[in-house]
Amino acid sequence: MNTTESALNRGSVSFAWMHALRTLMRRHGMIIVGAGLLLLIALMAVFAPFLGTVDPLSISPAQRLRPPSPEHWLGTDMLGRDTWSRVAYGARVSLTIGLGVAICSSLIGLAIGLVTGFMRRVDAVIMRIMDGLMAIPSILLAIALMALTQASIGNVIIAITIAEIPRVVRLVRSVVLTLKEQPFVEAAVASGTRLPTILVRHILPNTVAPMLVQTTYICASAMLLEATLSFLGAGTPPSTPSWGNIMADGRMVFQLAPGTILYPGIMLSLTVLAVNLLGDGLSDMLDPRLSRNM
Amino acid sequence: MISYILRRILATVPVLLVVGLFVFSLLYLTPGDPAMVIAGDTATPEDIAKIRASLGLDEPFLQRLGGWLWRVAQGDFGVSIFSNLPVHVMIAQRIEPTLSLALTTLAITVTLALPMGIFAALKASTTVDRVIMGFAVLGFSVPVFVIGYLLILFFSVKLQWLPVQGFVSISQDPWTFLRHIILPSFTLAIVFIALIARIVRSSMLEVLSKDYIRTAKSKGLSMYSVVTSHALKNAAVPIVTIIGVGIGALITGVVVTETVFAIPGLGRLVVDAILKRDYPVIQGVILVFSFFYVMVNLLVDISYTFFDPRIKY
Repeated sequence: MNTTESALNRGSVSFAWMHALRTLMRRHGMIIVGAGLLLLIALMAVFAPFLGTVDPLSISPAQRLRPPSPEHWLGTDMLGRDTWSRVAYGARVSLTIGLGVAICSSLIGLAIGLVTGFMRRVDAVIMRIMDGLMAIPSILLAIALMALTQASIGNVIIAITIAEIPRVVRLVRSVVLTLKEQPFVEAAVASGTRLPTILVRHILPNTVAPMLVQTTYICASAMLLEATLSFLGAGTPPSTPSWGNIMADGRMVFQLAPGTILYPGIMLSLTVLAVNLLGDGLSDMLDPRLSRNM
Repeated sequence: MISYILRRILATVPVLLVVGLFVFSLLYLTPGDPAMVIAGDTATPEDIAKIRASLGLDEPFLQRLGGWLWRVAQGDFGVSIFSNLPVHVMIAQRIEPTLSLALTTLAITVTLALPMGIFAALKASTTVDRVIMGFAVLGFSVPVFVIGYLLILFFSVKLQWLPVQGFVSISQDPWTFLRHIILPSFTLAIVFIALIARIVRSSMLEVLSKDYIRTAKSKGLSMYSVVTSHALKNAAVPIVTIIGVGIGALITGVVVTETVFAIPGLGRLVVDAILKRDYPVIQGVILVFSFFYVMVNLLVDISYTFFDPRIKY
């Protein structure tokens, strides 16, 4: 109370306070909007069966390419399947793949990055491999891997994870290389702490903040990549309604029924936007120095 | 400087080797026997064995890898399983539409993204800045093919200003070429503009706070010449870096855009090859795109010494 009063008395300080409060609101605003939007989409995915949907796979050729109506909120596609139902169920695929890739590539990338950052010999070899993988455009890398196996959600996650790992490794490695020169790590090395202990106790906690931000961006790019793969016909199996698949089906008929591309496209964009906002917000919050530039 | 460039060129060799190893393993790990596919349904085991031997499929892994790399280094990517044409011939036929698309996209991107980023930096934290950056975040989030279809729907179907799909060579008719290429290039450019405008802004903000900019301003230079002759070159290193990294995004975009707009380029070629599991073609196109990516990033690295002579390796 006293602090507030004295702050109000002194104009410049109160201005600084107000400013800080407003910046805080603005910074958290991005996180709030992103997380809120994401929560809504996740709820839609989980409760898809109860949201006025019908079986997303049931076809009724008599009712194909219908415009939106009370029966079919977003119209039907070329096989008479209800677009709203397919879009609602499609959220499950995108979120599963986004989350799956984000978790897998972060864990694997973290493990590789920690080790390479500390071991010179391993570093040279692994970083060349990572450079090579990065030189292959991620869409082609994922497509090539998908061409090796059968279309399934698990395989899509693996393919995109492999394409994303190099980026995580690079980030973790750069953090490790900076930390390695820090006095507290040198002290730990000098006092004979074993390498695994150093990695877990001194290095790992410091990678959390940048990793968290990177993970959200990977989640966003994984969802885009899955939709792109499915759109090109090399992703999620056609029997599963994913946003990419719905758009792939809509490709032939999009002049007659633009909704089959428009609605899943809007949903995908909103989801990716939400995750990106979350990432930007987190990055501002965790590294205020950077946020002034970005 | 010369030794740096030479070392940098040498450093691309291991990267290209890893790419080659990956692409080769792709064919090696492929389920199914290519010899059986080529021989057809009615082939006897002897026929298949003969084809295996003629393709060198019965040799050990390292020997096959070595032979393959040697042929690839000479520009021989093998023969398409389906069309029986040499892959390098197919790639040569398809490269013009892809190059046209990529170059027009780059031209649009640079002419729009640089001013947008600079403007956003000069007007930092104002509404103008937020609108431009809002557009940038949006550009990241909307998938390329959705942008493509929206543009087709609006400009080709509704307004009927531009053709819906297709490609015409510039040597055939420059005007028709332009009418066909303008929508796909803009589709692709939007993502790229978002990426580059963001970096231009942050890089410019960094530079504009430097002492030499204040000096330039205080000696009475106009904002225009402060930006063009003092700030821009110093802000260039992160910008060209992101252009190099963005080539990956550009290639992804090319593959998708060519599908949306039915452009007979390399992207279309590789997508068709994947649907048909035509592995030699897939390998060839991946190699060409990766080679392109590595070369662009080589140029980017070399350009650092031009933009910032202090950079020494």
